This record gives sequence, C-alpha cells and structure tokens, in this order.
Amino acid sequence: MKAKFASVPYLLWMVIFTIVPMLLILLFAFTSPEGGFTIANISAVGRYTDVIMKSIWLAAIATAICLLLSYPFAYIISRRSARRQQVSLMLIMLPMWMSFLLRTFAWMTLLEKTGLINRILGVFGIGPFEMINTPGAVVLGMVYNYLPFMILPLHSVMMKIEDSIIEAAQDLGASPMRVFFRVVLPLSFPGVSSGITMVFVPAVSTFIISRMLGGGSNLLIGDLIDMQFLGNAYNPHLGSAISLVLMVIILLCMSIMNQFDDDVDMEGAIL
Amino acid sequence: MNRHKGISRFYTGAVMAFLYLPIIVLIVFSFNKNKSRGAWTGFTFDWYVKLFSNEMILTAFMNTLLVALVSSIFATVIGTAAAIGINSMNRWMKKTIRTLTYIPIMSPEIIMGVSLMLLFVFLRTEMGLPLEMGLLTLILSHITFNIPYVIFNVLPKLRQMDKYAYDAALDLGCNPWQAFYKVVIPEIMPGITAGFLMAVTYSLDDFVISYFTAGPTSQTLPLAIWGQLRRRVSPEMNALSAIIFVIVLLILLAGNLSAIRRENRERRVVER
Amino acid sequence: MKQLSTLAAALCCLCLFGLAAHAQEAFDENYYGRFRGQNIAINVFNWGEYISDGSDDSLDVNKAFEELTGITVNYATFATNEELYSKLKGGGSRYDIIIPSDYMVARMIDEGMLEQLDFSNIPSFENIDPQYRNPEYDPENLYSVPYTAGTVGIIYDTTRVQEPVDSWGILWDERYRGDILMFSNSRDAFGIAEKYLGFSLNSTDPAELSACADLLLSQKPLVQAYVMDEIFDKMISGEAAIAPYYAGDYLTMADTNGNLSFSIPKEGTNLFVDAICIPKGAQQKEAAELYINFMCEGQVAADNISYIGYTTPNSAAYQLLDPEIQQNPVSYPPAEVLENTEPFLALDQETGLLLDSLWTDVLTTDSSYNKWVMPVFVVVAVALSVSLTVARQLRKKRDQLK
Repeated sequence: MKAKFASVPYLLWMVIFTIVPMLLILLFAFTSPEGGFTIANISAVGRYTDVIMKSIWLAAIATAICLLLSYPFAYIISRRSARRQQVSLMLIMLPMWMSFLLRTFAWMTLLEKTGLINRILGVFGIGPFEMINTPGAVVLGMVYNYLPFMILPLHSVMMKIEDSIIEAAQDLGASPMRVFFRVVLPLSFPGVSSGITMVFVPAVSTFIISRMLGGGSNLLIGDLIDMQFLGNAYNPHLGSAISLVLMVIILLCMSIMNQFDDDVDMEGAIL
Repeated sequence: MNRHKGISRFYTGAVMAFLYLPIIVLIVFSFNKNKSRGAWTGFTFDWYVKLFSNEMILTAFMNTLLVALVSSIFATVIGTAAAIGINSMNRWMKKTIRTLTYIPIMSPEIIMGVSLMLLFVFLRTEMGLPLEMGLLTLILSHITFNIPYVIFNVLPKLRQMDKYAYDAALDLGCNPWQAFYKVVIPEIMPGITAGFLMAVTYSLDDFVISYFTAGPTSQTLPLAIWGQLRRRVSPEMNALSAIIFVIVLLILLAGNLSAIRRENRERRVVER
Repeated sequence: MKQLSTLAAALCCLCLFGLAAHAQEAFDENYYGRFRGQNIAINVFNWGEYISDGSDDSLDVNKAFEELTGITVNYATFATNEELYSKLKGGGSRYDIIIPSDYMVARMIDEGMLEQLDFSNIPSFENIDPQYRNPEYDPENLYSVPYTAGTVGIIYDTTRVQEPVDSWGILWDERYRGDILMFSNSRDAFGIAEKYLGFSLNSTDPAELSACADLLLSQKPLVQAYVMDEIFDKMISGEAAIAPYYAGDYLTMADTNGNLSFSIPKEGTNLFVDAICIPKGAQQKEAAELYINFMCEGQVAADNISYIGYTTPNSAAYQLLDPEIQQNPVSYPPAEVLENTEPFLALDQETGLLLDSLWTDVLTTDSSYNKWVMPVFVVVAVALSVSLTVARQLRKKRDQLK
C-alpha cells in the first residue's frame, strides 16, 4: 500500500517549520553578529546563572505545589461515577476558555496592595500585605495557570486503577498507607511524570506570568529571551544562546522524568 | 466514611474555587461602571453595548476566529494524511516520526515562537520570499503547532480500526478511493473531529507563538489584550470574554444534558 | 447584526459631524483624497497612550484620517525606544510610521534604518516651530518631523508624600520602600541615576556608568515595580506613591486622580523630543507622508496635544490651545527649568551594549537570592536522584520476584 506517502506533506512541513527553525537557533547561538563562529554567546549566558537558577527554582516549587494539590483531587474525582467524572473534568477545562492573560490579570486585581484581597482583609483590620511583585506571586500564577495540566494526566491514569485492586490489597491486610504506597502510587507514576513535565516546561519558560505578577524585577529565562528578541536589549545571538540553554534544561528534566518510568505514555497524557 | 466524604467534597470545592475565583472577578468587573479596575462604582451593561461598536476588539476577534479556523482545517487535513501514512510505516520509522512530532508539543512555546520568527525573517531577508509578519505567518505558525494534536488524536483510532476492513471493501468492488472515503474515514472520524476541536481550542487561546509571529495587520484577541495590559484592560474585553465563557458553558451543558438524556433513553430501551 | 451595523454607522456619522464642527480650517481634498478608493493601508507604530483616540469625547485622530483620506490605519503600540528598535531590526514586521525619541532617531539614521522624507509632500511642516527644526539628532532635518517634546520629572501622591519633592534623591528614600515605581527602560533609568550623581546623560565613561548601575541596584529593594505604561493605572489607583515619568503623562493621570503632583528635580533632567519617521522598507511612503502632514495640521495637532498633554513643537497648534494649557508650567516649563535640562544623544555601539547589559544585570541580580537557592537546589537534586535510583531498584527487585 502506498499510504506511506500520505505523510509526505507533513514531513516536509515538519522539516521546514520545526527542524529548520531549531537549526536556525543553533546557528544564531554559535555565530557572532558579523557572521563568524563563536562560543562567546553561550559563555555570556553564564552571567545570567542567577536568573536561570531562579526560573528552575520557581518552576520546581510551582510543579511541586501543583502535584500536591492535584494528586488528592484527581484521586477523589477518579472514584466518582463516570458521569460525575465527566462533569468534574469539564469544570476543570472550562476556565481555559477564558484568555489566560485575562485570568492572570484578574490575579493582579486580587493581589495588589489596593486590591480585593487586601481590601477585604482591611475590613477585619489585617494587612495590607505585599503580595504582588514578589516571587510568591509568580509561583501562584504558575500554579493557577498550569494546575489543569497536572490534574488531567493524573486523572487519566487513576481512572484506570480499578477499585477491585485496591479492595484486594485491603482484603489482603494492607494498611491504608501501605495500599497507597504499594498500589496506588506505583500505578499512577506515568501520570505523575507526564504531569510534572507538562507543568514544569511551560512554567520554567514563561515570561508573561513573571512580567505581570513579578513587577519587572522577578525576571525569568523567558523574559531574558523576549528581551533579546523583541524587548529592551536587542541581541538575537545571545537570545538564541539563552534559548539553547533553556532547551538543554528541559531535555535534562525530561530525561530525569523518563528515568521514573520507562514507558511513559505521552499520548495518554496529552489527550 | 461520611467524614471522609465531607473532607473530599470540601477539598474539591476549594480547588474549584481557586480555579474560578479570577473568572468570577472578571465577570463581576465587566458590569462595573468604573473604567479602571479595583473600585466598584455601580452596575452597568454599558460595556456589553460598547463592545459591539469597538472596531479594534471586533477586528481582533474576527482575526482570531479566522486564524483558528483556517489553521485548524489545514492542520486537520495534513495531520490526518500524516497519521494514515505513519500508521502504515514499519516500527522504526513510526517511532522516529512520533518522537519528532513530540517536539512542537513538548518544547516551550517561547522557543517555538522565537524559532519561527527567525525562520520567517530568514526566508524574507535571505531567500527573498515576500513573507511579512501578518496573517499568513500567523496561520503558518498555528498550523505548525496544531498538526501534532491532530496526529495524536487520529493515530489511536487508526490503530483500533480493523485492518481488513479496507481490504474487504476493495474485495467487495470499491476502488481504493471509495474504500478510503466509505470505510476508513468514517472509522476514524471521531479522532479527526477531536483533533480539529483541540486545534481550534489551542489556536484561539494561543498568545506566545502569535506574539512572535504576528504583524501590525494581524492582531488577534490575545495580542490585543496584551497591548492593553500595559495600561489597563478595557472592561469591554472582560465583557467579550464573559460572553465567550458563557457560550462555551452553555454548549458544554447542552452536550452533557443531551448525553444524559440519551443515556436514560437507552437505559429505558434496554430495560424494556 | 444589521441593527448593530446601522448603530455603528450612526456612531461614525456622529464622529464625523463632531469633527466637521470642530475643524475650523477645511482640509485640502485634492491633497488628502488622492488615495481614496485604492484600498491602501498604513501601519502606524506609536508609543502606548500617545495619541488622541476618541475616548472622553476627544478627537479620534486615526479615524479622522481614515475618513478624510480613505487610507486604513493599522495602529500598534510599543513601550520603549529599545523595544521599537528590536521590533524593527528583528521582528520582520513592516511599519510605515514610527515615532522614536531623539537619540533613537539618531541611532536609526546612523544605521540606515530610516527613509528620507519628501518634505514637498508635507506642506504643514511649516507649522513646526523653527527652534525644533534641524535638531541635533537630525541636523539637516531629512528624516524626521518633531511630534512632541517634554521633560522627565517626579510624579507623587500628595496624600502620602507631604514633604516638598525637589530631588531625585526621594527615589532612594527608605521611608517610601515599596511605594516607588521606576522606569523599565535602560536609558531613562540610567538618566535619573546620572543626573542624581551629577554626570552627563550621555556619559560614555564605564566607571561612571557602573557607579550608576550600583546606585540603581541599591534602589532595587525600595522599588515596587519596574514599569512603563503600567504606571498610569498604578498611580491613578494609588497603588504606588512616587514615580519618575514624562511630564505630559502626569497631566493625563492628574485628570483622574487629583491628588497627584509633579516636580522637576533641582539636579536637572532630560528634555526629549519624539519625532515621526518613516522606516526603511515602508511600502506606502507617500500615504505615510500624508499621515505625517495630517498630524502636523494645526487643529489636529492641537486636539491631539490637548489629549496627550505633552509639549507641542507645532506653533500653529500652540496658538489654538486653551490659554490654560498654554500657561501650564508642566507642559511649557519656564526658562530656568529648561536651562537645567539635557537631551539624550545617540551612544556609540560599545556604550550602548554596556548600558544594556548593566541594566539587565540590575533587573536580574537578586542579592537576597544567591545565599540559599543554590544549596537548596543541590540538596533537592541529590535527593531526587537518590530516590529515583531507589525507586528503580525497588521496582527491579519486584520484577525479579515475579
């Protein structure tokens, strides 16, 4: 069957719009504005170690919080009836239909010094607290925006854990702790690892959340890249080098995740 | 046991409240008389009326729809063809291409955006193609990140399909095209629809990639919001998103209700 | 939908009518009408909040131009000169009109990024005050037409800042920790530090610049946020109390928040001119020149400037302004203030790069961070990899048991 050739347009498309652009980043990262080969751009990224560490750190905290919040949530939902599961999932996806810029903007309204939360607290004579323009606000923004990306893959693996397996473990005399650590947790590992990737990757590379909730002084890698390409310090070569470092960080993260589980089913996680 | 149930109810409720808090704030403030956020000065429907005479927002809305629909249609066609092709490849090829297809999904949006921007600038300045940042570049970029979603929705359906259905159709006198249209396509249609809808959804809300690949003539809604964010988002924006939100909510509710009704009907039929 | 479009059309008519009633001079139909019906569009790239846009019953400049000429205006905004430069250089977007500041005009001329204007096609250039012609940044006046001018000063909330404000030093005052906003663009931020330390705004001395960077770094703990256009909302709502910004924008903010006041520090400040230019590669140069000409028409410029509050370099427009605005010392400062100002000049490339990287350092260095982030990261990483290995070992053992 010649069906194979049906994928030719896609392969061409992928080469032109995915692979060539990535190669262009490589090219820019290793050339100087004059055009010669140089590693100066990559070494210049070293100056921003602080920013890079901060991005990884904040994204890691956000991912951890997402995991802690989502795990029980996904488990509770997955024990419900099929119909109620569907409704709960719908309720989780629904907020994504409102532009995430506006939702993050709403957090600004809530967190500001003269914002809603402080005003409500003020009624009780507490505060005002400095909440916006702090790293904490950036983490909150990440958790808020990417929480569904953690809940969905977790739910999709937990859904498949049959009640009978848990009951069997209980019948065989396992304590609730033991049931959790020896049955539920191992079975949900694929969901955990894909959830972590799906939250960590956008969180570590964001530049909008940090700019809106971080007040311009909590810059992350994404902000640095944006600055070099379309922002205040035009230097696409340095920008490409920073992008390259970001990609390396993400590759590292993904390889760690693959360690966790040899057969991560990405498809299941994404869909 | 009851106590457990209470705790879990409370917990899911709290997480939901966290997810919906900003949305409630947005919708409430779309009825606020005051232009600036924060202070509540009175109830008004004005913004919903003004929205329909705000050319900038309406143009951006039309652009968003146009880009989402055109790019999703192209992505669906290319992606479905690709999935059919991939499905008939040998193991090794399949694995390689699938891995490559993960790149756009797994790589950060900012890198996709930056790299596509470099590509378009490169094509224009080095190759002399008339590729100005605008609707065209925006649609090309959206197709690029939409194709993988289509592929990963269609592939499983192809795998589930009876391998011999196509051959049977041929044996029964169909020509290959007829067999394809009458047997294969209906079989994988749910996957195609799901992929298309997913592509539309992602395309509608995309900001980062559009930010790097749009031009002055192709403002989409997220870009227009970003432009306003620097100073203040006009309540008309809130009004528009509230409308979209409610529409989506109604569609989903209607879908759910009809599903429930269908289920009930089927159950009744079975019971009889 | 039909009703809506009728409504929209009615609104347009109202606007037109308002404009016709407003304009005292008729526009030259032969001149402005030459592109009508040709479906031409120009892309205008301007600063945020820098044009009269029809809100609060003001003139909608772009709409009026579209009605008059039949040329469509695609309007987009940027926040800083440097951002404009990046978008032109690397963004691949085509613009027909841009409005950079003086030093950026000079830099763009230097790098061949601007198109020479055909002044015979811009007759209303004659409205421009002679003192603004042939400026330092464009000595032969080939590339630019002045749009606005202004100074940078300190905007403060009088309910929270009771003392008289007369020095940049207040931006370093510990008492206002968390209530201070600061420029997010390098040139303006360094400019303040340079003036405070008594240097020139155009210093190329690396030692002076790094002294400024240190000063800005020491300010960082006090700063609530680094902003540009965001300042409007934050000052109007009382979110912040002190911010350095452009004089004209103070007037816009004061319209909504009467508690705001403005002061130009004694150490001196920057006097800037923003100018309209056409970038290289513009595809509708002639239509763009029509737009420039329209912006320089006395009545249009007067309406526009009354809305944005900056100083107008257009003498015909100045004549048409309300006497109240004409005598406003914020927009038209007295001579002794002007004497103590300095313009920004284009910096050489090396200094420009130094400034960019020093500024990025100021924004990204976070002294409270270094101490513990690394150790914690290392610990977490080690713990992670250990638990990883343990988990794998356990699983392997289990598999073997099977």
